[in-house]
Parts: sequence; C-alpha cells; structure tokens
Amino acid sequence: MNKVFHVMYDDDDTLKGAASQLVAKGIRVKDVFSPFPIHGIDPIIGVKRTRLAIASFMYATTGTTLALLGMWYFMISDWPMNIGGKPSFSLIENLPAFIPVTFEFSVLCAAHGMAITYLLRNGTLPGMPATNPDPRTTDNMFVMEITTEDNHLAADELESFIKETPLVELSIKEYK
Amino acid sequence: MGIGVVALIGGYLTDGTEHHQRWWANLLVNGFFWFSISLAALFFYALNYAVEAAWSAILKRVWEAIFKFLPIGAGVMLFILLAGQFHAHHLYHWMDSSLYHEYMVVEGEHVNYVDTMEAGAVANPNYDHLIAHKGAYFAPAFYWFRTIAYIATFLIFATLFRRWSLQEDAQPSLDLHYKQFRRSALFLVFFAVFSSTLSWDWLMSIDTHWFSTLYGWYVFSGMWVSLLIFANVLLIWLRSKGYFAEVNESHMHDISKWMFAISMLWSYLWVSQFLLIWYSNIPEEVTYYTQRFFTDYKWPFIITFFVNFAVPFYMLVARDAKRNVKFVLPVAFLIFVGHFADVYLMVIPGTMFDHNVFGLFEVGLFLGFLGLFINRVLTALSKAPLIPVNHPMLQESKDLHH
Repeated sequence: MNKVFHVMYDDDDTLKGAASQLVAKGIRVKDVFSPFPIHGIDPIIGVKRTRLAIASFMYATTGTTLALLGMWYFMISDWPMNIGGKPSFSLIENLPAFIPVTFEFSVLCAAHGMAITYLLRNGTLPGMPATNPDPRTTDNMFVMEITTEDNHLAADELESFIKETPLVELSIKEYK
Repeated sequence: MGIGVVALIGGYLTDGTEHHQRWWANLLVNGFFWFSISLAALFFYALNYAVEAAWSAILKRVWEAIFKFLPIGAGVMLFILLAGQFHAHHLYHWMDSSLYHEYMVVEGEHVNYVDTMEAGAVANPNYDHLIAHKGAYFAPAFYWFRTIAYIATFLIFATLFRRWSLQEDAQPSLDLHYKQFRRSALFLVFFAVFSSTLSWDWLMSIDTHWFSTLYGWYVFSGMWVSLLIFANVLLIWLRSKGYFAEVNESHMHDISKWMFAISMLWSYLWVSQFLLIWYSNIPEEVTYYTQRFFTDYKWPFIITFFVNFAVPFYMLVARDAKRNVKFVLPVAFLIFVGHFADVYLMVIPGTMFDHNVFGLFEVGLFLGFLGLFINRVLTALSKAPLIPVNHPMLQESKDLHH
C-alpha cells in the first residue's frame, strides 16, 4: 500500500527550508503546490528546467515557414499581385514587404502554441479537473507532496522526518 | 596603440585620394564609433540610476571607466569637425558656403555670392536648392552652438557623476545617491534630444540631401549595443583574471540578455528605416539605399545587417547560451566588428562614393583606436575600487540570483 503525504506550511520560506531539510536526508519531494512561483525552489526539489522555450522556438519557426509559404502562394504563384508598383513576381525581391506579416505570424504561432502547450502540460485547460490536493494552495497555503513510492524509506520513518519540519497540517492518504 | 599611430601617419602619407578624403573619412568612422561607445556608457549609467536598478550597482565602475574616454572621443570629433569647417576635408558637403546662394557676382578672381538677382549677377552653378533650404539649420553659428552644447553637457555630467561616485566611496550618503538619481533623470532628458540631433549633425548630414527621422534612434541603438558588447567582453576577460570576483553568473547572464535585446532593437530600427523607405520608393528618400544597394557596398551592407541580427538571435536565444562564454564570446567579437562596419557604412558611401579602398590602413586605425580605448578604460578602472564601496543597493546587487 502506497502512501502520499501532503504537508502544509504557511510561508514559502518555511517550505523552502523544510524542503532542503528533507532533501538533505535523501527524501525526494514529488511536487510543491503554491499560490505563486517560489523563487529558488526548483533546484532544491530537483525540478528539471522547462523545455517550453524550445517548444516556443519550434512553433515560431513553423509560423515563419507557413507565413512565407502562404504569401508565396497567394501573392506570387497563384495570383501574382502588383502592389505599389512592385510587380517583380519573385519572393526574394518582394521579401521586405512580407517581413512584417511573417514576423507577426511567427509571434502568433509561438504565443498560441506556448499557451496551449503550457495549459495542456499542467492539466489546466478549461474544464479539466483540479489536481491540487487542497484548495487553500490557491489562496495562502503551501503544500509539499511526498510519496512512499518515490522514496526508499518506510511510511512511518518518512512521517517522523516530515514531522520534524515546522508544518501546519499533515494529511496522509493511501492509494494503490 | 602603436599600430594605430603607424596607421594614422602612414595612412595620411600614402593616401592618394583628393584632400586625404580616405584618411579623414576613416578618422570620422573611428572617432564617432569609439566616442559613441563611451557616450552610451554615460547613458547606461544614468539609466541605471534613474530607474534605481539594483542588479547593476556592482558594475557601475565599468560604465564609469568607459565614459572616462569621453574627453578623448569628443576631442577627436571636434578635431574632425573643425578641420571640416576650415575646409581641410570635404566629408560634409554642406560646409561649402557656395551652395546656399542662388546667384553670384564674379569680379575677376573674387566671387561674391548673393541671394537676389542684382546687376551683374549670374546664376550660381553650385547652388543647391535642397541644401539652401536647410541653411538655417546648417548655419555655422547654430551648428557650432549645438556641437559645443552636446560635448559640454556630456563632459559636465560625466565629471559630476564620477566625482559624486568617488565621494560616495569615501562617505556613505543617501542624499548623494538621490542627487545622482535626480541628475541622471535630467541627463536622460538632454540625452534623448542630443543623441538624435548629434547623429543628424555628425553622421546623417554626410548624405545632405537625404533625411530619415528614425536615424537618431538607429545610431543610438548601435552605440548602445556596442557598449554592451564591449562591457561584456571586458568583464569576461577581467573575471578570468580574477577581478570582479563578486560578479556572478547572473550578472553576466543579465549583460548578455541586454546584448541580445539591444541587438534586436538595432535590427528592428534598421528594418523599420529600410522598410518604409523601400516601400514608398520616394526619390529623395531612396538615395541612401541606392547608394548602398546598387554599388560595391551591396554585400558588405547586407552581410552587416544579417550578422548583427541573425548571429546574436540564433546563437544567444537560448538561456544556457547566454550563460556560456563559448557562445557569448564569438558572437560578441563578430557583432562588435559588425557594428563597427555599420558605422563604417554610414560614413563611407557618402564620402568615398565608388572610389573606396579598404586596406591595412582601415584595419590599423581600428586596432589603434581599440588599443587606445582599452588602455584608457583600464587606466580609469584602476583609479578607483572595482566594486563601489557605499552604493546603497550594493548588497542587493551582490545577492542577484536567477
């Protein structure tokens, strides 16, 4: 039977201190729920750096390619356009005129792609069920999640270590 | 520096062009480029004070050391402009006073230029309608009033900032800090106007018939990014020698971020200026670009833009790259040369036209100025503690972490 501990603290600095204390004993903290980002918690609990930036770069590149391809097709290939006396009918010679649109489309793709990826990855798309253990973590409380599954220690040992930290509340649940 | 002196003298003697045009034009390129870096340092220093930036408090001696070069840079600029005023060179076409008068009266050897059709007057073949209409702005008295006002303002603020900064080292004083804060804001007001008009007077007026309202910001972003590149490389080098031990990875990351961001600002302004002129295709505006796109300057001009935009963009867009010296240094060296080439291409096509030569003289002069600049900056750095002692935000700056 696996157990999950939800340890609640009333201050982000207290939580950070507690997390370092537990990590120093070799305990793995699975996750932290907090109303705002806690500066410096990532290296303590060993969260990997986000790959969102890489994703955003790929979305932007897709946007650039699509925009250029689209404008080449609309304005040059399918129905050649003469705008402002620049009927050169070649993508490269008319390129400066296409740059603003290309730029905007890249930004559009990057922004939307990033937002959707972020919401999907976090499971916070509209209508998705909430996954945080306690509604107070959206208000003024900070919760640390520790599971026996991730740790080699036995449940009671883990519990005694957790109780050494200045916690406010502790909830232990069992799951399969 | 030695190379520079040799290049300076050798270049003058071997310069075969009329009135040593090549020598003067390259002196202007270097004079302005290095002057503008130190001016940007003064600006960035004032900016950091005016916005009460804490992260950069630890770096303020760097900006101070760089703006200590201002008197020399201003001296070179004054020398070039004075020489132009006395017709020692013809970089500035509008300095020829015969352009402003529609008629002339010829009396033997002596030519008297007049504005009205008097008895005995004939049409002046040198008369330039467009330049004549800019006569009020280019009147020598007004021009020199502006030039002296710029330089005096910059030097006064630079001297005061440095003095207050050293006073603060000797005695902690919040009053002094707030005084510097207020004066920095005042300086930014002056700088906002002067950086623009200065670039019109000293650079844009080379292409006298042409104008661009965006030119001032374009030149300003160029000098700003050059400063950040220089400071970045300087700090990397000094840190590798063991100085500035309290400057941590986060500070270096921030400077690289600045370098990246201002590179993008420069590219944005470059494109904005180009795009509108290219699109509207008005004869009096496109001259600047036809002079660069349909001549031998074509490839240098295009490559300069892509190097200054694409290289920092693709190489430094990632967070880890901005923290990695192996990425930052090559990019910094490349775009530093790129921004020098940018100033070069502002000046040379309008002064050398299609007779330009690029040789050892140009390289030597660049290296010479670089040597002088580094020498002055390092000397200025050694004159005061590297880390300010009593800056009120010093601890916050040391604790910077992200």
